[in-house]
Amino acid sequence: MKVSMQINGQKMQVQAKPDSRLLDVLRDELGLKGTKEGCGEGECGACAVLVNGQVLNSCLLPLGQMDNADIVTIEGLPSDSPLVASFHACFAAQCGICTPGMMMAATALLSEYPQPTLEEIREGLSGNLCRCTGYGRIYEAVLQAATGVTHG
Amino acid sequence: MCEYFVSGFDVFKVRFIMEIYKRDVGAVVDKAQPKRVDGLSKILGTAVYVDDIELNDVIYATTLRTASAGGVVEEIFFDPALDWSEFIIVTAKDIPGLNAVKLLENDQPVLVDRVFRHAGEALVLLGHSEPDMLKKALSHIRVHEVPLAHPVFDIDEALSAENKIIPGNVYSDYLLEKGDVDKSFDEIECFIDARFITPSQEQLYIEPQGMIAILQNDGVLRIDGSMQCPYYVLDALEQCTGLSKDLLRVVQTTTGGAFGGKEDYPSVIACHAALLAIKAGGKPVKLVYERGEDMRVTPKRHPSRTMLRLGANRAGELQFIDMDFAIDGGAYRTLSPVVLSRGVIHAPGPYFCKNIRVRGRAIATNHPPFGAFRGFGAPQSIFALEVAMDQLAAKLAMDPAEFRRKNLLRSGDVSPTGDILQNDCFAQDALEEALRVSQYYERQAEFKHWNKQNNGTVRGIGLATFAHGAGFTGNGELYLASRVLLQAHGNGQVEILCSNTEMGQGAATTLVQIAADALQLPMDKIHLAQTDTTRVPNSGPTVASRTCMVVGELVERAANLLLQKLMTEGGLSKLYSVDEFADACLRMQESKKDLLVSASYQPPAQMLWDENKFTGRAYSSFAWAAYIAEVEIDKLTYETRILNFTAVQEIGHAVHPQIVQGQIEGGVVQGIGYALYENVLWNDVGVMANDRLTNYIIPTTADIGPIQVVLMEKGLGAGPKGAKGVGELPMDGPAPAIVNAIQQALKMNIDQIPVMPELLMKLACSERVSQ
Repeated sequence: MKVSMQINGQKMQVQAKPDSRLLDVLRDELGLKGTKEGCGEGECGACAVLVNGQVLNSCLLPLGQMDNADIVTIEGLPSDSPLVASFHACFAAQCGICTPGMMMAATALLSEYPQPTLEEIREGLSGNLCRCTGYGRIYEAVLQAATGVTHG
Repeated sequence: MCEYFVSGFDVFKVRFIMEIYKRDVGAVVDKAQPKRVDGLSKILGTAVYVDDIELNDVIYATTLRTASAGGVVEEIFFDPALDWSEFIIVTAKDIPGLNAVKLLENDQPVLVDRVFRHAGEALVLLGHSEPDMLKKALSHIRVHEVPLAHPVFDIDEALSAENKIIPGNVYSDYLLEKGDVDKSFDEIECFIDARFITPSQEQLYIEPQGMIAILQNDGVLRIDGSMQCPYYVLDALEQCTGLSKDLLRVVQTTTGGAFGGKEDYPSVIACHAALLAIKAGGKPVKLVYERGEDMRVTPKRHPSRTMLRLGANRAGELQFIDMDFAIDGGAYRTLSPVVLSRGVIHAPGPYFCKNIRVRGRAIATNHPPFGAFRGFGAPQSIFALEVAMDQLAAKLAMDPAEFRRKNLLRSGDVSPTGDILQNDCFAQDALEEALRVSQYYERQAEFKHWNKQNNGTVRGIGLATFAHGAGFTGNGELYLASRVLLQAHGNGQVEILCSNTEMGQGAATTLVQIAADALQLPMDKIHLAQTDTTRVPNSGPTVASRTCMVVGELVERAANLLLQKLMTEGGLSKLYSVDEFADACLRMQESKKDLLVSASYQPPAQMLWDENKFTGRAYSSFAWAAYIAEVEIDKLTYETRILNFTAVQEIGHAVHPQIVQGQIEGGVVQGIGYALYENVLWNDVGVMANDRLTNYIIPTTADIGPIQVVLMEKGLGAGPKGAKGVGELPMDGPAPAIVNAIQQALKMNIDQIPVMPELLMKLACSERVSQ
């Protein structure tokens, strides 16, 4: 089937089987390899993208449901945003495989709570697994992006 | 004497603290540390992992595996209804070289020929351009297996079983002995006798394992993939394909976490991909595991059981440690002897005790082989000892901190392996600092008060004191004979050539930083070459926190050699600017002088280790630590929550404090998972049953609150400026500290992890019955 979507601000039509996963369409058809596959069952969040502003796992989204959806992937985030700078400054990425998904979740979190509390950060990122950092540097990065304050 | 430096802040009553003690007054780390060299590419999603590599005309691959827990394959039947000519098929008969995965021993086949030892062993490899066709093909192959009648999956069963996988079902049997345990037992005033169990644990790197292989037109077989140890993969390929090393090329791709899980198994996947590639007519073969397959077949942490007797006199001085420590090695030897050795050496802990006996055995069972995971045997034996320490303290009616204070090693003491600790012993310092920053005694009093009130929860505070040696054990580094190259270029850029890999731990940044510091150049003038075996020398595997400490020291030494060379041959003056450095490089290049220097491992003079008797200096240095956990347990659901966690460690020198902090926090959280959530379950053929992230639970942000990290720089490790290894430490301490806190809160003994609500409920019920 043919599906029309807006991906990272660009309107496009994709031709694929309706049960194709959005993840595979993004990676294999459109070459957007920043979206990662960690588990293929919606548990790890490495494949998270924004669909109409909501953070969702693209491994669970059949293409057939994506008609007219507005999708943002890691490639669609500005590379000079406070979040990019704070993730870099706070050492929030280690192996990096969860990082694009974490960035998408953090983006959605900050658009809902521009000044989040630690509890809101923990709740907002709880769908994204990271095995390297223990999350501490990620909490700090999100706080720093929100407040613009640099902490040690 | 010590300058105290704090860079931290309080947010929402949570402390993200990093405190660094410096040896020299005034030499504080007050400048922003360099950012990660791989940071932006990972944050922006442009870093290329093995699954991201663009390939043309690719052959996808899959693996058909044995179904029974050991047995014999009588026949493999390919259904003639399917056109097999479209497929690339590889079986054991297609292996040009030796059908054995190169590691300590050649006991594990690359592909099962006839006899096999566990379920999930690779039997047939299939390649096809359509992934869907691979799925279809798997259902058109029938395997006639004669299963083993009585497979064994338990350590003690394996020891007494008639089914012998290997003679006695024991891969290795070690004895660490000091003094006379039996004699001291006769005179003992207070002792405990307990049995402890630790489960397996899945590394759960978020990037599953995978390799791409291609037989190039020039006859070179190239492998790209996710791995820790490119030279292990190269050696395995040489043995299995029969190709000489000049026809093999191994390149590490950006690696999405490893934690030991990508130490040995990448060699297996690489051999499989290579065997398919040999038959693929020059097309690239992609073999990337799906999560479930990765969890079922790749090695995990060794399960262990420990029988432990611990005795003290009434004054609270340890009189003997008597331990029978056994780990489940699974069906092939792989790395088990080395894991066992580390487990045995760390078993007696950082305590002074005259009489010690640790018998360690690695046992053969019909599980898939267990392997490396952060800590490498030490978290298992340390768990048993540290929990037993609290149980003995309770029996002595002594506070656990006071009991430890009496027994922790001091400078001048003789270590459990008979080594005299000179000026690099900070066990007591770490304990005192942990007690201070966690406000241990105040919290303990608060919790006592809390528990007396009629709250829905009970609270407890527990600690663990431990040490971890970095680098290969004993003479291991000598055998490795690691070598590092530094290549300067005419434009003043310097390249580090080594085989050690960045897998998230920060090695790339740390090594570049070490070179930049030694060369007095900005970080952007230094570059870590891609780990490609055709370019980089063998500087040993990326394991055991040896990269920063051992390889970092080689980089530092090579940098100093490069400076010497530029000064004597290139006219570089003693004080130089960045431009003058580049000018000297250019002069050298123009006069055709080479700009390559190399540094090789030199063992420290006093390093004497007897690997048969387990005596002498096991590691050039130990890092010392004390961890404190505060927990709360729901009286109704028995769910345990971590209220606060304090991790204090003496690490010699923090080359890059924020990267160290990330290592500690990340390791502590893996340790919290080990203690509370991560429960590997086995199906009836001994393979991981909960092979999904839905049912194998690792900590999420919802579980993880404040972690307080304190780094102390007091000792002198073997690394740059005295750095010691840090990677394993945070895996050793959390489980015993948390279990000790729970024991204190619930006033009951706990002898296993993970401490899930079901376990606590069962223990509470049986306690009620016995009362």
